[in-house]
Amino acid sequence: MSDLSITGAGATADPNAREAPPASQVRGYWGNVWQRLRYDYATLFFLALIILIVASAVFAPLIAPFDPNKASMAHRLKPLFFRDNILGTDEQGRDILSRILYGGRTSLLMGIAPVVVATIVGGLFGVVAGYAGGKVNTIIMRGMDVFFAFPSVLLAVAISGSLGGGMINQLITLTVVLTPPLCRVAETATSQIRSMDFVDAARASGASTTSILFNHVLVNAISPVLVYASTLVSASILLASGLSFLGLGVSPPTPDWGLMLSTLRQALYVQPIVCAMPGVAILITSIAFNLVSDGLRQAMDVKA
Amino acid sequence: MSTQAQARLEQAPDRGGRAQPMLIASHLKRYFPIRGGVLNRTVAEVKAVDDISFTVLKGETLGVVGESGCGKSTLARLLMHLLPRDSGDIIFDGDAVGQLHGLPLRDLRRNMQMVFQDSYSSLNPRLPIEQSVAYAPRVHGMGRAQAKRTARELLQRVGLRPELFAGRYPHELSGGQKQRVNIARALALNPRMLILDEAVSALDKSVEAQVLNLLGTLKREFELTYMFISHDLHVVQYISDRVMVMYLGQVVELGPVDAIYAHPRHPYTAALLDCRLTVDPATRIETPPLVGDPPNPINPPSGCRFRTRCPHAERICEERMPLLGEWNNRPESHLVACHMVHAGSGHSKAPPGGLH
Amino acid sequence: MDMSARPLVEVRDLQVNFVSREANVAAVNGVSFDLMPSEVLCIIGESGSGKSVTMRSILRLHPPRRTVIRGHIRVGDYDILSLSERAMNEVRGAVVSMVFQEPMTALDPVYRIGDQIAETVMRHEGCSHADAMARALELMELVKVPSPERRLRAFPHELSGGLRQRAMMAVALSCRPTLLLADEPTTALDATVQIQVLIMLRKLQRDFGMGVIFVTHDLGVAAQIADKVAVMYAGRIIEYGSVADVLMRPAHPYTLGLLSSTVHGQSRETEIEAIPGSPPDLRHLPPGCSFAPRCKFAIPACSASFPPLVAVGPNHAASCLRVDVVRQDSMALAS
Repeated sequence: MSDLSITGAGATADPNAREAPPASQVRGYWGNVWQRLRYDYATLFFLALIILIVASAVFAPLIAPFDPNKASMAHRLKPLFFRDNILGTDEQGRDILSRILYGGRTSLLMGIAPVVVATIVGGLFGVVAGYAGGKVNTIIMRGMDVFFAFPSVLLAVAISGSLGGGMINQLITLTVVLTPPLCRVAETATSQIRSMDFVDAARASGASTTSILFNHVLVNAISPVLVYASTLVSASILLASGLSFLGLGVSPPTPDWGLMLSTLRQALYVQPIVCAMPGVAILITSIAFNLVSDGLRQAMDVKA
Repeated sequence: MSTQAQARLEQAPDRGGRAQPMLIASHLKRYFPIRGGVLNRTVAEVKAVDDISFTVLKGETLGVVGESGCGKSTLARLLMHLLPRDSGDIIFDGDAVGQLHGLPLRDLRRNMQMVFQDSYSSLNPRLPIEQSVAYAPRVHGMGRAQAKRTARELLQRVGLRPELFAGRYPHELSGGQKQRVNIARALALNPRMLILDEAVSALDKSVEAQVLNLLGTLKREFELTYMFISHDLHVVQYISDRVMVMYLGQVVELGPVDAIYAHPRHPYTAALLDCRLTVDPATRIETPPLVGDPPNPINPPSGCRFRTRCPHAERICEERMPLLGEWNNRPESHLVACHMVHAGSGHSKAPPGGLH
Repeated sequence: MDMSARPLVEVRDLQVNFVSREANVAAVNGVSFDLMPSEVLCIIGESGSGKSVTMRSILRLHPPRRTVIRGHIRVGDYDILSLSERAMNEVRGAVVSMVFQEPMTALDPVYRIGDQIAETVMRHEGCSHADAMARALELMELVKVPSPERRLRAFPHELSGGLRQRAMMAVALSCRPTLLLADEPTTALDATVQIQVLIMLRKLQRDFGMGVIFVTHDLGVAAQIADKVAVMYAGRIIEYGSVADVLMRPAHPYTLGLLSSTVHGQSRETEIEAIPGSPPDLRHLPPGCSFAPRCKFAIPACSASFPPLVAVGPNHAASCLRVDVVRQDSMALAS
């Protein structure tokens, strides 16, 4: 008897061969996501915009026309396209464009870093709570609910107020505010996956909880969590700007979009368009992040 | 064959001998509490599995039939230790499972595996099927390369050519192909017994036939013992040696398949059999064998649970719960939990005599 | 019977394609059939055969932006595919109504059963709420729901599966449709409940004189309820005829294979005669007969072009080049 002979009527002819796609067509989940994104030109456009914004912040020293902190009493509150100051100058005569480019560093850091940390921390707690269920779930999720009970802005102001200003404290504040919602999303996703038969099949094979979490739960929970996290980036930028605006964020003269908006507020009647420029930066960035996360959600919503 | 045997885990040896049943379940119970009210107290219980005892002999196929809510899936999960049981014992090949000096749970899982109902949730959507099959052997300490080889051999064995299918994801497979992967996954640890929970129910008829044939082949080839759970009486008749009929968490009839299908003794079994549809339009059913839906398992009726739908119900059925009786270890023994069958039970149709 | 009577439903060369960026799925490829008034037609097929898609086209339930429907559908005096969306809403529920496999998705979970029935009655007949409720009670008695007054006030989740199915049927019958579409309405039910619902449906169909199109994958269910049977495979009707002709004397190899692979009382010693392989990919249909690659009767000519329907008896046709050989086989199976 040959080793490779297939027995049983179910296995006789293999007409499956006919419908099998060539190997190159077999893509993994992430391959499928990319295939969908590739043709979603709107999302790709905004993704490119985000890359551009991030790059311009990172390379601000190279591309900024002026020193962002160099004041000039002579050229205060100049309009758009005033000589080399394309976006005008602020109340101390500093170049707005340069300050927006440098300010992007702070604002993007505020937008991205807290979300990354909150995704890891909240995701971890959420996955544990969702998989363990029972008392562990109750303790973790009720703990998160304490933070959930307050509107996020109020919570941020309260934490920031008690910690004091400064960049590190602002990062901590934002992380604390963003963790509970991410935890909730991770918990929901995990408890859904937990009830799937393939998790039971893994348990029935004698696998340890850690192995099941890594091989079966995390891989499935990660896409809803990532999609949600990407929506939080713009929320975090806005929240950070708000805190800076209220004087609870970074301290002057560090350029920051929220802080710029706050200080330029007094000159609103003198140079309204120039004063709105940091706001425009915030607007464009958060819209870009929101639309990209929207496209990401659609692309990740691949069946199976 | 020799190279294949090496690639897989060895099947555990027959410890108890031919006569020792593969699995004995005695007095299994599992109630699910229903919580409610402000204090989250238990306000009611679903008696999903209520004092069930049975035996699966080596090499046989025990069919389990019943309607939704009869507890057959809960029973499967209790046996697999996916759910804790409230009370009762599970003895695998002579060894009590999970007790001191008994069979460790991990060893039970090497020996007994489960095939789930085909659905979108039975395979991990993010893993190529080859990895889904290779997962269990990896858990049991097999090296990556060897586990992969095992997986490919098993895929071949269930009729999926590995060079075409190994790298595919579940959404790239049809229902029948997914069910073949499910079976391959259950076989990956080379178990001695499979619990098949509605394993062909979601499949199209032509695919169902393919999978049933495959199950027959695999059973002979790997010397397997099956417990086949299904609501389809035609399929159970085809595949089973013995049949166990469940109603609302209890066993109402247990016996050899031919005896039960030819002469059902419990009125519920008889009604279920009468509900089977044939493909002959000349034999249409004009009056329903049973009326009403299966009652809610939260508050089952007193006495005999079937009495609310039973055409023969009498007062005794309300007062006393009919017992199934003790199984005497002989495959031909036929047990029925009905007062009409037990002599001297007090039911007007019961045979005379008896000591009750 | 008056053979010259006009059919209630006329479907001609129906083609349905689902178009997306990734693929063009040819779900229905030229389906034609008639349904006489107060006749029950069962469309039998496995998943992906196009049976549900065909039926849903009659109510135009497909997402319009991704679906291309061609052909001609007439129900009564309505030319379905040319009606405006507004006129279509008049047809839905009043002339044609539908029951689904899973009532939980068809009934609105936040409204009581009685209100859901009454709302349909009021919308189509413009009667008062009290009259509509009285009608609802009548309907619940008609579908044999025990203690109907109490059940009218229940929410869908408070009913058992069988009762929900009956309640959905009450909603569907509320405006006395002339055509009822049933999409596997008994598949999710237990066997003991399934037969009750089938018997009830049969009685209501006779009492109301409704035409019924009943989609199922279960040959046993079709045998219980059908007058006519259409067997679909890969988006085409491959056999059509009276229920006795098709199920007892099949003329198409697929129908024959379906019958022999359905488990009913075969000997445990032998294997079931399964159809090998799986249905074709609807994105890339083969040019000839779509069943040819799995067919034990196939000859080279089968793969050349799709075989036309061949009459094998009065009102019984199969699209197969080898009907004669197949019928010999099916006679052997019957005896």
